[in-house]
Amino acid sequence: MLRDITIGQYFPGQSPIHKMDPRMKIIATLLYIVMLFVASHPLSLIVGIAMLVLMYRVSGIPMKMITKSLKPVVPIIIFTSVLNIFFVSGDPLFQFGFIEITRQGLMLAILMSVRILCLIAGSSLLTYTTSPIELTDAIEILLNPLKKVKVPVHELSMMMTIALRFIPTLIEETDKIMNAQKARGADMESGGLMQRAKALVPILVPLFVSSFRRADELAMAMECRCYRGGDGRTRMKQLHYSHRDWIALCIMLVSIAAVLLLNRILA
Amino acid sequence: MAVIKTENLSHVYSEGTPFVKTAIDNISIEIEEGQMIGVIGHTGSGKSTLIQHFNGLLQPTSGKIYIDGEDMWADKSKLRDIRFKVGLVFQYPEYQLFEETCYKDIAFGPKNMGLDEGEIDRRVREAAAFVSLSEEQLMKSPFELSGGQKRRVAIAGVLAMKPKVLILDEPTAGLDPKGRDRILGQIKEYHQEEKNTVLIVSHSMEDVAKFAQKVLVMNRSKVFLYDSVENVFARAGELSQIGLAVPQITQVFMELKKRGYPVNSNVYTIEAAKKEMIRLLEKGGEVRA
Repeated sequence: MLRDITIGQYFPGQSPIHKMDPRMKIIATLLYIVMLFVASHPLSLIVGIAMLVLMYRVSGIPMKMITKSLKPVVPIIIFTSVLNIFFVSGDPLFQFGFIEITRQGLMLAILMSVRILCLIAGSSLLTYTTSPIELTDAIEILLNPLKKVKVPVHELSMMMTIALRFIPTLIEETDKIMNAQKARGADMESGGLMQRAKALVPILVPLFVSSFRRADELAMAMECRCYRGGDGRTRMKQLHYSHRDWIALCIMLVSIAAVLLLNRILA
Repeated sequence: MAVIKTENLSHVYSEGTPFVKTAIDNISIEIEEGQMIGVIGHTGSGKSTLIQHFNGLLQPTSGKIYIDGEDMWADKSKLRDIRFKVGLVFQYPEYQLFEETCYKDIAFGPKNMGLDEGEIDRRVREAAAFVSLSEEQLMKSPFELSGGQKRRVAIAGVLAMKPKVLILDEPTAGLDPKGRDRILGQIKEYHQEEKNTVLIVSHSMEDVAKFAQKVLVMNRSKVFLYDSVENVFARAGELSQIGLAVPQITQVFMELKKRGYPVNSNVYTIEAAKKEMIRLLEKGGEVRA
């Protein structure tokens, strides 16, 4: 059951998007988000939706993964939509008693929800098409300038790599321990809040114990291979920008320009 | 009547993603009461998936499982009772220990069954005796014990529930030969005393030969063979084709027979081999092939 978590799940593939330089993928994702927020009219967001469909098509990630990644944000969308619809003042469309729905409110609600949906789906594509290792490598390089102001960039990215690497392991381990305790009759599905919290003890204690053991072993293994921090460390996979990265950047910039133009026309 | 029966049981992991995998495929077997059965197969052959179906931790993608003739998934509220009937000891069970003392940890299962204090105490002590844990060790924290001791505490935790069917997933993985023989001996003793059904998943043909009456061989998500030890080991050729070997001692005797010595090749343990050798030597002169 824990296996079904998809956020940050990598789908191996050979599409042009998979092959892009991870640094450019991060930049392009940021530009995409900028584009979504620049769009001030619901119609100019059509560019955002079109881009999304296009990118998913090119990447070969099944479309139903979009709905899967969007499920967790549905409550947020409903909440913001309700707020926008009922509390933005302007020209009234309907009016029942004290409840008033305005044109501006409706527009804003649509704008915000489409924005959030595109934002989540777009950034999910980054993690669907980029392996966690590539991602942290790219983040480390992109953040490199911060080293000048004494930010421990290498250490942070190493921590991130390790954390990401161990998420599946921990999920598997949790699954295993949960099953083992269930086999001994542990009841995790019924009872009040206190009872449920108590039922977690038989899972959390072994999980903590094994995490510490694992951390110890990993530290030892890293030292055995002479790990001494980032200074002078070289990479097995050097990152290079290629044509397709520059093309992707151009497409992103053009679409931002298109959005700005649409804003102008529709305003 | 069969205590566990499966009908066309299949399980598919991660259906609808690129990682889809059929772990067990159309399995129909019957496990008779009171037997000791060895389950053998390669890593990834579906053994662990199969045994997790036996106590309802995994729900079949298709097919049915009957425990004591009752359809396990017909009434989900009864699942917990089935878990008390079919005790499952996982691989490396020592990683599931969590209580302050071994005593409390062993008592976790019986307590969940809702037994009264006296009964729990009796069962904990009985289970501890089976895996030869001393009174002093019972009161210690499980995290102070050695690896082998921890494992025995974890096994006692399931024994204390007195399951009708006891399933152990590689109970001897990672132990030295002495610890291995000790745990297998204790499980066998428990089986003889309680007359319950025991399934042991194992990689070692030698171990299986020592304790099992029947062997279930899994290969590529399917049941390859399910028969008595003699009948399974008699098909050494097929076994080695799927990458499993009969016990070394059996191989020795098969080779002897091939070279013309008048020996039985159905020898699976060192003890049987000793008897067979003595019989052979007593014949004296005829031995020369």
